[in-house]
This record gives sequence, C-alpha cells and structure tokens, in this order.
Amino acid sequence: MISIRDLRKVYRQGEREVVALDGIDLTVPTGAVHGIIGHSGAGKSTLVRCLTLLDRPTSGSVSIDGSDLSTAADRDLLQARRRIGMVFQHANLLDSRTVLGNVAYPLEVTGQDKAARTARARELLGLVGLEDYESSYPSQLSGGQRQRVGIARALASDPRVLLCDEPTSALDPATTDGILELIRDLSDRLGLTVVVITHEMHVVKKICTSVSLLDRGRIVEGGALTEVASDLGSRLSAALLPLPEAALDTAGSLVEVLGQGPAADVPVSAVIKDRFGHGVRVLAGSVEDLAGVRFAHHLLALPDGADDRTDGTEAVVAFLEQNGYRAAQRTRTQVETAQGTAQDLGGAQ
Amino acid sequence: MNWFQELLANPALTEALPEALVETLVMVGIAGVFTLVIGLALGVILHVTAPGGLRPVSWLHVLLSAVINVTRSIPYAILMVALIPFTAWLVGTSIGPIAACVSLTIGTAPFFARLVETSLREVPSGTVDAARVMGSTRGQIVRKVLLPEAMPGLVASITTTLVMLVGYSAMAGLIGGGGLGRLAYNYGYQRFDTAVMIATIVIMVILVQLIQWVGDRIVRAVDHR
Repeated sequence: MISIRDLRKVYRQGEREVVALDGIDLTVPTGAVHGIIGHSGAGKSTLVRCLTLLDRPTSGSVSIDGSDLSTAADRDLLQARRRIGMVFQHANLLDSRTVLGNVAYPLEVTGQDKAARTARARELLGLVGLEDYESSYPSQLSGGQRQRVGIARALASDPRVLLCDEPTSALDPATTDGILELIRDLSDRLGLTVVVITHEMHVVKKICTSVSLLDRGRIVEGGALTEVASDLGSRLSAALLPLPEAALDTAGSLVEVLGQGPAADVPVSAVIKDRFGHGVRVLAGSVEDLAGVRFAHHLLALPDGADDRTDGTEAVVAFLEQNGYRAAQRTRTQVETAQGTAQDLGGAQ
Repeated sequence: MNWFQELLANPALTEALPEALVETLVMVGIAGVFTLVIGLALGVILHVTAPGGLRPVSWLHVLLSAVINVTRSIPYAILMVALIPFTAWLVGTSIGPIAACVSLTIGTAPFFARLVETSLREVPSGTVDAARVMGSTRGQIVRKVLLPEAMPGLVASITTTLVMLVGYSAMAGLIGGGGLGRLAYNYGYQRFDTAVMIATIVIMVILVQLIQWVGDRIVRAVDHR
C-alpha cells in the first residue's frame, strides 16, 4: 500500500516561489493499478521525483507498507529506493551493457554474486518475453523491447511498488497496448501495487482500477474507475467517456445522459418516447466498457419548446434520474468545455 | 641507388634517430600514463562537484576549474621553461626524457580533464536518475554508469590527448628533453641535414596516424550506442 500525505514541493526560482505540488493526499491499496493523469505542467514529473526521492519533498510524507520514505536518512535512502521499481518513459537503459547486464544492474549494486544475479536476470527476461535477447545491446532493440527490458530491470530488486512514468508515451499504439497488458499482467501475478503517471486517458482505461486527476499540483478528482466515470459532469468522466464531436444544430435544450450496467443496454430515446410521447434526437453517443462495466453516454436534443411544457426538460431529467440514469441539462458552452477537457486529457475520439 | 646508400651511411639516421624515437616514445608513454590518471581523476571530480552533479561542492568545482583554466591558458613553450626549477626539485634534473615528462603531464592533464568532463556530461541525466532510483551509491554511479557510458567519448579524448603529447614532446626536446624534436632541431635545422628533417617528419606522421587508427578502432569496439 502506498500512502501519500499532504505532499508539498516548493521550488525557488530566484525571488519567486513556485508551488509544484500543493498538498497531495493519495492512498493506493495493495494490488491496485492507479493512474495519475494530468496535462503537462500539472506537476506529474515533480510527483515522480518526490515519490522516488530523487527530490526531497518540502513537506508531507510518502510511505510504502507503513514505512515512511520521506524521513529516511541518506544512508537508508538507498534501501528505501529499492522498494520502488521504476519504469521510465525512455527506458533509460545503460547503452554500454547487454540486456542481461542491464537487468542484473540493480542486483549488482546490492552486492549479489554473479551467478545469482545472472539466474535472476534470466528469469525476469523470461517474464517479459525477451529470453532470446540477453546478449543484445539496447541499441539493437525496438522501443517496445527496450521498455520490456526496463520493466524487467524495475522488478529485479523485488519491489512492492512499480512506478511507471509515462511508460508508453514514446511508443506506437500497437506496442503501447502490449506494454500495458504486460504491466497489468505482472501486477496480477506478482501482487504489485502499480502507479502509472500519464497524460493519456487511453492508458488509464486500458489498465487502471482507479485514477486521480492532477491539476496545478493538486489532486482535484479521483476514485475507482467506474465511480469517477459515472460522476456525470466531472472532468474525468468527460475524458473517460468522451462523446464524438456533435453538430449542435438544434433550437431545443440539450440533455446529457449516462447509463451504466443494465441501463446502458436500453436505448434511452425509446425510454423517453414511451414515457412522454415525444421523440428526442441523439446528437452524439458512445458505448464503452470500463473495468468490466458498460457505460452508454449520450447527448440528446429535446424538441424545440419542450422547456415551456409540463413534460419539458426538467421533467425528462428527473424521470431519467429516477430510472437509473445520470442526466443533466447542458448549455452549449458546457458541451464544448467537456469536449475540450476530453481532448486535453487525451481521451477524445 | 646512390641516395639510398648515402642515407644508410648517415649516422644521424642509423644511430641517433632510433635513439631519439625511443626517447619520444618514453616521454609520450610516461607522460601519457600520468596525464590519463590525473586528468581522469580531475575530470570526474569536476563533473561530480558541478552544480546539479552527484555531489555538488561549489568551492571545489570553482577552484579546480580556475586552476585548470590558468594552466591551459599558458602556452606549452612557456610552461615548460617556467617549470624547469620545479622539475629539477622533483626529479633531480631538468634534462632528459624523464624530466620532460613533468612539464608534459602538467601541460596536458588539465586539457584531458576538460575532455573527460565533457564526455561525462554527455551521459543522459535520465540514465543517472535510473541508476539513483535503483539504489546505487555515488561511487557505483561513477564506476558502473558514468565511466562505462562515456567510454567511446573517453577513448576518443585519450587519442586526441596522446596526439597532442607527441607534438608537445617534440617541443620539450628543444630544452633538453631529447627525442625526435631535438634530433630535427640539431641535425635538420642547425646542420642543414634535410634528410634527417624529412625522416623525423615522416616518423611523426606515422606515429600520429598509428595512434589515431588504434584509437578509432577501440572507439568502434566500445561504442554500443
């Protein structure tokens, strides 16, 4: 379990103080795969550096399985760091060493004998599917293979936590999915707690069980994936369940509807027609499975003038809410803002 | 074949030249070893103590940097003369190839130290961060990460430094160091023996080519980037 308490990091830039992390609180239970998403400048890199203690936080604490890393003395810092395996965006392998030498490196610095670390490194290479490449040099590998070596190396010291910093941002889409599946699979098999830092919602959707939104050094939204997705109107929901670009060519009012589980399988426009007798236009819609739950997200246009009637917009929204949907009336600006958020967090379709 | 027999009859070529070549090789060899050891140490200290380095020590960095710059700004021809008393105190004489090694080392080690620093700086900071995250000590980072990763650049720097030492050793010959420099000066310049002058130049060119060729081969062998 990782527990981050009121983590702050303030940099001095000449006279100015820059608050990079402004009181981060986060608990990631053992075995969870937690995504931390934010656009560039949100504080992701600083958070990574504080979690690995490459930078000392200004205040607050980071603890893993109850032991506090942030107060560790310099001497214990080396031990503390070995409890976190880290995967970097560009793998950061040693070009002068073979694949086997790279994976064995963490064991070499802890003073294991050569036979033991070679055996362990071979075992780890098998785990990431690169057993045939042990004597290759990193420059001879593809980006995806290099990242697999990086993951094997991160696991060498038997860490409790795997911290992945933009692990797939330098990879093409097909390779990205392979690496993400590997991380997910390793987390399941080894019971690792995984924290994935990313600016791409695709990564979160693919492997995370929970997610936090980092913005200007704070966690502004977060929770289990299905929980934040169903929170209609939140930024994470807009990015997790993005709607295709819709032409808002209607004079009637707009209603955003989210159906989850069984509700997602019933056509919402038919439900409304059955109850109110008037049809609705579907301006945009998407159906997606997140963490095994089906979500149907729609943007509906009610007939022009529906607001003035007793069975108008408010009644439709209230009816939908009572029948297991999440629904809300939206202005054009709100719809456009949600589109922007989805694009910002790499979730737009 | 008259000219060839004439060459073979010239004792400056048959006796003095081999002796001078050995002296040059001794100077380059001994001064080379000292330069590489001292320069490597200074270069590593420069890099490690720099701001944002593994162990920033700003006064040491500034001091070392200043000493290196001062030494490098003195032309070697002046440095070797200025160092005569120091050399005499250190090795007991200021004449001969061994004595020349003192000024040669002091003249080239700072240059090599700068080349080492530059090579080390080219190791990506992400690679060093990765090593730190994996719990490496600073010593381990220098030995197992910085130096091996910078090896191609370091070998190229060693090649450049050795070539420079060959040139400097010829200059050191003029003030009593011996070697090919003095041979060319004594016979080629003062006695107008053109054959000795040309032979010296040819040997110097071959020596430098050989060093460069071997250096390039080693760079290719250690470069896995």
